[in-house]
Amino acid sequence: MSLLEVRDLEVRHGLLQAVRGVSFALEEGDTLALVGANGAGKSTLLRAIAGGHRPSRGQIVFGDRDIIRLPAYKRVALGMGLVPEGRHLFPSLTVEENLVVAERPGYWTLDGVLEAFPMLAPRRKSRAAVLSGGERQATAIGRALMTNPRLLLLDEVSLGLAPVAVEDLYRSLRTVIERGATVLLVEQDLGRAMALCQRVACMLEGRLVLEGHSGELTREQVTEAYFGLRRAGIEVGSREGSQ
Amino acid sequence: MSVQRWTRVSLLFSGATAGIVVILALVPFWFGPNTTEKLTELFVLIILAAMWNALAGYAGLVSIGQQAFIGIGAYAVIVFTDHGINGYVAVVLAALFSGLISLPISLLVFRLRGGQFAIGTWVVAEIFRLLVTNDQSIGGGTGRSLDALNIYAPADRQAYTYWVALALMTALMLASFVLLRSRLGGALQAIRDDERAAESVGVPVARAKRIVFLLAAVGCGAAGAITMANTLTVTPDSIFGIQWTAYMIFMVLLGGLGTFEGPVLGALVLFGVQQEFQGSGSWYLVGLGAVAIAVTLVFPRGLWGALVDRFNIRLMPVGHTLRTLVSRRSES
Repeated sequence: MSLLEVRDLEVRHGLLQAVRGVSFALEEGDTLALVGANGAGKSTLLRAIAGGHRPSRGQIVFGDRDIIRLPAYKRVALGMGLVPEGRHLFPSLTVEENLVVAERPGYWTLDGVLEAFPMLAPRRKSRAAVLSGGERQATAIGRALMTNPRLLLLDEVSLGLAPVAVEDLYRSLRTVIERGATVLLVEQDLGRAMALCQRVACMLEGRLVLEGHSGELTREQVTEAYFGLRRAGIEVGSREGSQ
Repeated sequence: MSVQRWTRVSLLFSGATAGIVVILALVPFWFGPNTTEKLTELFVLIILAAMWNALAGYAGLVSIGQQAFIGIGAYAVIVFTDHGINGYVAVVLAALFSGLISLPISLLVFRLRGGQFAIGTWVVAEIFRLLVTNDQSIGGGTGRSLDALNIYAPADRQAYTYWVALALMTALMLASFVLLRSRLGGALQAIRDDERAAESVGVPVARAKRIVFLLAAVGCGAAGAITMANTLTVTPDSIFGIQWTAYMIFMVLLGGLGTFEGPVLGALVLFGVQQEFQGSGSWYLVGLGAVAIAVTLVFPRGLWGALVDRFNIRLMPVGHTLRTLVSRRSES
């Protein structure tokens, strides 16, 4: 049984249909990168899975439960950890406090997070408001890990960050994945997404137009799907993904 | 990890507060209707300041339309008494009715954020003002008087109104204190700091906002209903007027946004200024604005915030002081 199964999902922003009939599945321990251009519907899809946006149609099954009507906070309790686009920390709290407020029992603890994200250790007593972009993103990921999620949802990890900060973050994310995390990553940086995740899925105009193992797809295939150049010629992977 | 919530000073002050309420309850036996009428106005200001502070200071919901609930509370008293309900029972029911009305309104205004939310609440208040202005059964634009309380002798009526106001103020302050000290209070502050961050750590954002919005609507409805009983007459333009929100913002910013004690201090200052300078025409309003600007420039965290910074005192602490002693080691 899949950990997450999205079936024929449709999400609207008013009159605009942002996600159109998307289906995919994630097993425990899977890592899937959702790539696509701006406005492709990736972040909307992620927010719909996390409960921040109500879909107009379809099913989201998490574990053995259809969670489509569950509010976001109950999905966190079930084991979904969202790192929202734009970081969104509590600015008046320190790094350590930002991490501790999210703490739920499980594998990830304060020390574990600080070990996986070494750039946070010297900043643990600094207020979130004064952190650099990379440190803020690391804190946001660490905070999601502190909820000890069964599924980690990452939205635009590298957006607006300096290359050196992105490099540090991805090194830490590799550590997180090596420790068994199941990850659904939304990312515009194709190269990093394909290097980090076992599977990659490309969205175009709200649809999933390409899905497969990162090692089996070429960069050209994904790029063409990304820009819609060979949309008709590429088959979307099976709905069960490459399980 | 240790959490500190009460201090010796705050425990002493809480006990003293109960004593102050008892003394206030005895005021009608010692002073005449003029004093109780003025103190009733003060209780209304304290309720309004505390409710707006709960909304904006703790939950980050900057509403400029709370006069909607003040007006609903006032007019609900008239409607309930027209249906034969005792005037003072109607005051309490009117407060609850305002809370009830706030629930469908919340479905609409919670779709808005930040400045849009502020303007949206103002629009809602204006819609209620126009609806009431166009309803001749409750007096239309010229307003109505509350005749149901004329069954009491004027001195008795003023004393009863005072006691109802004192009871409602005490109950609302207590409810607000309990709410802000609960887990929900922490959730509200998380929402105020960053709603998306709060959502991502499992805070029930919509529920928490709705509860504080409901409380503020009940409080503002109570303030309107008490004002109705205190003045015995009302017009839509005055009771649904934006000046109520201006007073709330003044009191909260002056006293200290996001502190429990500050708005009470702000209400006392506004009450004092009103008593001294209300007869000075437009200069009174200019003075209020000048005081607000001066205080926010000199004491950005308000008068109470400045006192806390200087003396580190908390009389009614609603927050947590968290001290991390050791960090636990991760285990697989």
